[in-house]
Amino acid sequence: MATLQANEQVVYQRPRALTEVNTHYCPGCTHGVAHRLVAEVLDEMGLQDRTVGVACVGCSVFAYNYFDIDWVQAPHGRAPAVATGVKRSLPHDSIVFTYQGDGDLASIGTAEIIHAAARGENITVIYINNANYGMTGGQMAPTTLPGQKTTSSQTGRDVELQGYPIRAAELLANLDGASYVVRRSLHDPKNIRMAKKAIQTAFETQVRGLGFSLVELLSICPTNWGMTPVESLGWLNDHMIPYYPIGDFKVISALQKETCASKAEG
Amino acid sequence: MARELMKGNEAIAEAAVRVGLQSYFGYPITPQTELLEYLSRRMPELGRAFVQAESELAAINMIYGAASTGVRCMTSSSSPGISLMMEGVSYIAASEIPMVFIDVMRGGPGLGNISPSQSDYNQIVHGGGHGDYQIITLAPSSVQEMVDHIQLAFDLAEKYKMVTCVLADGSIGQMMEPCELPAMRPLRQESEFAGWATRGKHGRAERNVVSSIYLNVAEEEQANFRMMNHWQQVKANEVRYKEYFLDDAELAIVGFGSAGRIALTAVRQARAEGIKVGLLRPITLNPYPEEALDRLTDRVKSILVTEMNGGQMLRDVERIVRGRVPVEFYGRTGGVVPFPDEILGEIHRMAAGNLPMGGDPHIRWLERMARKN
Ligand SMILES: Cc1ncc(C[n+]2csc(CCOP(=O)(O)OP(=O)(O)O)c2C)c(N)n1
Repeated sequence: MATLQANEQVVYQRPRALTEVNTHYCPGCTHGVAHRLVAEVLDEMGLQDRTVGVACVGCSVFAYNYFDIDWVQAPHGRAPAVATGVKRSLPHDSIVFTYQGDGDLASIGTAEIIHAAARGENITVIYINNANYGMTGGQMAPTTLPGQKTTSSQTGRDVELQGYPIRAAELLANLDGASYVVRRSLHDPKNIRMAKKAIQTAFETQVRGLGFSLVELLSICPTNWGMTPVESLGWLNDHMIPYYPIGDFKVISALQKETCASKAEG
Repeated sequence: MARELMKGNEAIAEAAVRVGLQSYFGYPITPQTELLEYLSRRMPELGRAFVQAESELAAINMIYGAASTGVRCMTSSSSPGISLMMEGVSYIAASEIPMVFIDVMRGGPGLGNISPSQSDYNQIVHGGGHGDYQIITLAPSSVQEMVDHIQLAFDLAEKYKMVTCVLADGSIGQMMEPCELPAMRPLRQESEFAGWATRGKHGRAERNVVSSIYLNVAEEEQANFRMMNHWQQVKANEVRYKEYFLDDAELAIVGFGSAGRIALTAVRQARAEGIKVGLLRPITLNPYPEEALDRLTDRVKSILVTEMNGGQMLRDVERIVRGRVPVEFYGRTGGVVPFPDEILGEIHRMAAGNLPMGGDPHIRWLERMARKN
C-alpha cells in the first residue's frame, strides 16, 4: 500500500473483512458488489472477529476465499441448516450468515430456508437473485422470468410447461418466525446504497437477537444472460424489478424505528 | 455405579448427554424416535442445543454446522432417513471433522417396515455417499453396548477427526435391559479444537474454513490419499471384536449386533449338545476384524455367516476367507428376526459335514429358503 502524503486522505479502500485476493467472478458480475457491501457492514459493525459465514454451492462457493472470517462450505441448498447448527452450537454473541444463490435458496434448498425462517433462527441470509443458475452455465432457475431464455428454457420460460417464478422474499415474509425480509437491487449506486442499509439492518436484527433476517439482492449475470454488463444492468431494471419489486416485506416492530431513520438518512 | 433398566434408544441418548453431547438435531422415524424424544427434553434442561429438523437432510446439515464448531454433536435416524443423509455424510467425511451418528436399522428396501434389520451394512460400511471415504462403524448387541459404544464413538471421531456411526438395529433400540451409565463429564474444551473449528476468528491470524471442495484434481487426489493413509492408522489401532467358544471350535459363526447375539444363544445350545462351535462377533464393522477372521479361518473347518439382511457382510467374510474353508450363509431379511433355533438348524446341518467349497453361499441360502416356504 502506498504511503499517504500530508495532503492526502483515504476515501475508499478494501474493507478489512475482505481478503487481498482477486475474485473469480466474471466481469460485471454483481457478486463482487454484494461481497463488498457485506464486508463493509461487518467492518462498520465490528463483527468480523465473531462472524462465521456459510457458503453455498453456486458461483459464490468460493466466498470463503474472499472474506477474512471463518467459513463453512455447505452442500447445495443446505446453508440455512448448516447455519442453524453453527449458530446453536456457538456462544450467543456469535454472528452467522449464509450467502446463497437463487437456485440454492429457492429451488434445491426451499425446505431449509422456509424452516430456518419459520423457526425464527437468529441468522442472516444474503440471497442473490440473478434469475438463472450461474455456476452450471445459465440454466433456468426458480427465479427465471416468464419468457426468459436460458440453456434449459431455450425458447423462453413457458409458464404452461415450466411454471412460474418464485418470489422468495414475499413467500418467507409470510412466516411468523421471520423478522426482517426485504428486497433490494444492485443495478445502480442509489440502489446499492439502499442495499447496504438493508444488510446493516439485517445484521442488526441478529446482533439484537431478534431472529431471522434476509436481504434479497437483485443481481446480474452478464456471461449467462449473453449481454454486456451495462446491458445487463438495464435488463435488471426493465425486467426484473417489475416482477421482483424492491421493498420491505417484513419488518418487525422492534426494528421499525431504525428503518424509518435509515430511510430519512438515505 | 447403580445399574438402571433402560430402553436402548434412551440409554444411548442419556449416555451421549453424560459424555458431553452439546448439540443434537434429528427427525422422527421408528424405531429410533425415543432417542429424539428423550433428547427433546433432556438437552434444553441442560441448556444444550436440540432442534427437531424439518428432514433428515436438514438434520445432517445442522450436524455439519455443529461439527464445524468443534462441539460434541450427533444425529440419529433409521434406514430410510440414513439414506437421505448420505450426501451430508460424504461432505462431513471429506471435511475431515469429527461427527457421530446413530443408525437404528429397520426393514427395507424402500419404506419397508419398522422391524429390526441389518440392511444398512453396505451403505454404512462400504459408503452410501459418493467418493472414497470411510466411516468408523460400531455394532452394539446390547443396551450396555449402546452406552459403551456412544462414548467410544465420540472418542474415536475426535481422535481421528472422522465420522463414526453406531450401527444399531430396531431390537436393540427398543429392548429394555439393565445398564450402567457413565458419570456426567464436562463439555469439550475449546483448546481441543481451536486449530480448525469455525467459531469466529477472535483474534486468530488465519481464518478457519471447513470445506470439502478441491477443484484442482491433483489436490483432490492428494486429499484422498491423505485420508486413505490416515485410515490405515484406524485399521491398525481400532479393530474390536469379541470371541465366544472359539478355542476348540471346528465351526465358526460370524455375526454382529442382534444377529450375533441370537447366534450366541444358538452356539450355547449347540455346545450343550457337544458340538464344537463358536462365535466371532465384530464390534467394529469398519475397520473389520480381518486378522482375527484370517487366523480363525486357519483353525476351523467351516464358517457360517449370519445376518439380518441378504448377506451384505458375507461378501467381506468371503474376501477374507479366500476359499480356504467352506462358507455358508444364513440370514433373515425385510425385518424378520431369526430365532436361535433357525441358527441351531444351520449348525446341525453344517456339523454333519459334506459342505461345498466355493460357489455362492448367498444363492445356496436363497434356494434353501425357497424350499422352506
Ligand atoms: C446436490 C447438487 N445438485 C446439483 C449441483 C450442481 N450445481 C452447482 S451450482 C448449481 C446452481 C447454482 O445456481 P444459483 O444458486 O442460482 O447460484 P449462482 O451460481 O447463480 O450464483 C448447481 C445446480 C450440486 N453441486 N449439488
